[in-house]
Amino acid sequence: MKKDGRSYLGVEVKRPRVAFFELSSCEGCQLQILNNEATLFSFLSLVEIVNFREAISSRSDEYDIAFVEGSVTRADEVERLKRIRKRAGVLVALGSCACFGGVNQLKNRFDDLEWVKREVYGDHSVETMETQPLSAFVEVDLSIYGCPVKKEEVEEIVTNLVLGKSVDHPRYPVCMECTAKGNTCLFEIGEPCLGPITRAGCDSWCPDNRMGCWGCRGVADEANIPQFREVIRKHNIPEDVMLDRMECFGGFRHILAEMKEQDEKGQME
Amino acid sequence: MKLSCDISVKRLTRVEGHGNIEICIKDGLVEKASWDVVETPRFFEAMLVGKRYENAPYISGRICGICSIGHTLASIRAVERAFGMTPTSQTEKLRLLLKHMETLQSHILHLYFLAAPDFLNAGSVLELIEPHPDEVQRAARIKLLANDGADLIGGRRLHPTRTVVGGFTMLPDRSALAALERRLQAVIPDLKQAAELFASFTIPNFSRDTEWVSLKGEKGYPFIGGQIISSDGVVKEEDEYLAMTNEYMVDHSTSKWSRLSRESMAVGALARVNNNFSFLHPLAGETAALFGLTGISHNPYMNNIAQLVECVHVVEDSIHLIGELLGSPWQDPRQGVTVREGKGVGAVEVPRGILYHYYSFDSNGRIIKADCVIPTSQNNANIHYDLHELATVMADQGKDDMEIRLLAEMLVRAYDPCISCSVH
Ligand code: SF4
Ligand code: SF4
Ligand code: SF4
Repeated sequence: MKKDGRSYLGVEVKRPRVAFFELSSCEGCQLQILNNEATLFSFLSLVEIVNFREAISSRSDEYDIAFVEGSVTRADEVERLKRIRKRAGVLVALGSCACFGGVNQLKNRFDDLEWVKREVYGDHSVETMETQPLSAFVEVDLSIYGCPVKKEEVEEIVTNLVLGKSVDHPRYPVCMECTAKGNTCLFEIGEPCLGPITRAGCDSWCPDNRMGCWGCRGVADEANIPQFREVIRKHNIPEDVMLDRMECFGGFRHILAEMKEQDEKGQME
Repeated sequence: MKLSCDISVKRLTRVEGHGNIEICIKDGLVEKASWDVVETPRFFEAMLVGKRYENAPYISGRICGICSIGHTLASIRAVERAFGMTPTSQTEKLRLLLKHMETLQSHILHLYFLAAPDFLNAGSVLELIEPHPDEVQRAARIKLLANDGADLIGGRRLHPTRTVVGGFTMLPDRSALAALERRLQAVIPDLKQAAELFASFTIPNFSRDTEWVSLKGEKGYPFIGGQIISSDGVVKEEDEYLAMTNEYMVDHSTSKWSRLSRESMAVGALARVNNNFSFLHPLAGETAALFGLTGISHNPYMNNIAQLVECVHVVEDSIHLIGELLGSPWQDPRQGVTVREGKGVGAVEVPRGILYHYYSFDSNGRIIKADCVIPTSQNNANIHYDLHELATVMADQGKDDMEIRLLAEMLVRAYDPCISCSVH
């Protein structure tokens, strides 16, 4: 890291070289950073951006922190990711595509990848593989959840990284943030919501807008799945509506597998 | 001396997504000039199969981070048309207003962050902060206004949270809407100054005749739904979109290509201004006139100017829309949805051109088939043939390879391609 005389609370702060990369993604998570007009330029002064293809022409292979957006869906992306890992001191998975596969992993629900290719490209051959998160191939030092990520959270995390503070994610679900605001619960108007089981940190972004949570930040550490399924049944919400949402971003993959296993066991008994 | 050069731009910067430019000139003759999309496909059309209808806008909005609002609205329109629903006039106005906010933020992002650095000899907008602080501040101000407007109506500037089949989950606060209108009024002088800045740039003098495709204006400058027209005289209904797009595959690109009456066609801001000039609001028309953009222009670099003209137009139109919305009391934000078997097309003019979503549903409202045709795929062939023509002209003029490279990059950037979107 380069020192250039910046200080915070009287302590000299290193200005890390930061690079942004994208694999298969909508580039929305990177845009969230460009989209933050009010604080963008002061944020950019905290770090030295050396690679941000969407905004900057020059490129450099020397960086301390690499933000990688997107999931891995093709062999060349595995190679790129491994190269980035080698060079980066800290590798950050930026957004749900990078953390869990994101919406891109929805194609994995079809067993037949050849069918998936034909459905979109007909007989023309294209290369693809099962969608995977970054952690399937490299060690990820830090995950920033969300589809899209919340810019305030990114800035806070980056600030903590620069200052050498630790980064903690909430263990509780979105519901805690939502009820703290005194929102009327969406279940009361018959709207499904994954707030009870989804990792908080977005400040109940969707329920605040009267849209149920779709679980983009993945399962909360303190989620109580059996109780949640009870809530769904009590409100007469078809279970497949919930399942659609739980499989949307890949952050409930192991929970869905467990649920399926339990249900099958239940049927056998 | 006859020119020979090899230009290879891998992963072109300051565009959305991954594309390469290859130009090879030998002894003054263009051997190769090519636009290659290398983006990884994500297979959205397959992902949606078997999903309930409400997943369509939610998932397909994630095709693109820049025009997520446009995708969401095209998707919702396709679903509503399949189910035989007509949005209320309040919903229509709010959707159009939301779309305008996206158009404004996307065009400003492109004009200042992606395109302007080329004209000012800089590698990025960051290099412009010191020599041009007022301009950069102005761009940030306009973008902030547009993004705040999108938050206010759609709940979130990127992957909106209030837009659903049937309308909106909730309505904006009326006083916040009035405040947005005041900010829109205040941004008009900013846009005039933006026009002055762009008037000081030298727009490359290059033209190649092509076919311009857009929605057809009926009562106003068109953004959502209606007939589709081309400057070669083709007119089709929204449901006949396939006859306008004719997608096909080429070996050097993971994005599909399109054609209509000729080897290539173009969509986007310049296509819309070319086809619907008479529907522009007064100040937008004046801005166009300032740049001589009053008849059909075949100069692809003028797409930058057409975007600027549209910025002015959507600001004027948004002021009208807010006036109308505030002129009557709020109605219910959301209608009920009754699913049925059927199919529907939604055509929406997004920042980079006309976007189509199509779905067919079974009687439970589950998707049987999905199709999305993206503006950039409709432009790919045009970009490709433009590059060839540009290389030919440059070779004739004996330009050096650095100059050709810059003009080629600027040409592709002028289309404001959205590559991850085009591959989806
Ligand atoms: S996580 Fe969502 S917003 Fe971020 S890149 Fe993936 S699809 Fe886009
Ligand atoms: S709306 Fe959702 S997040 Fe809020 S309290 Fe209800 S279930 Fe929890
Ligand atoms: S409310 Fe749920 S879906 Fe919305 S941002 Fe938060 S975690 Fe994601």
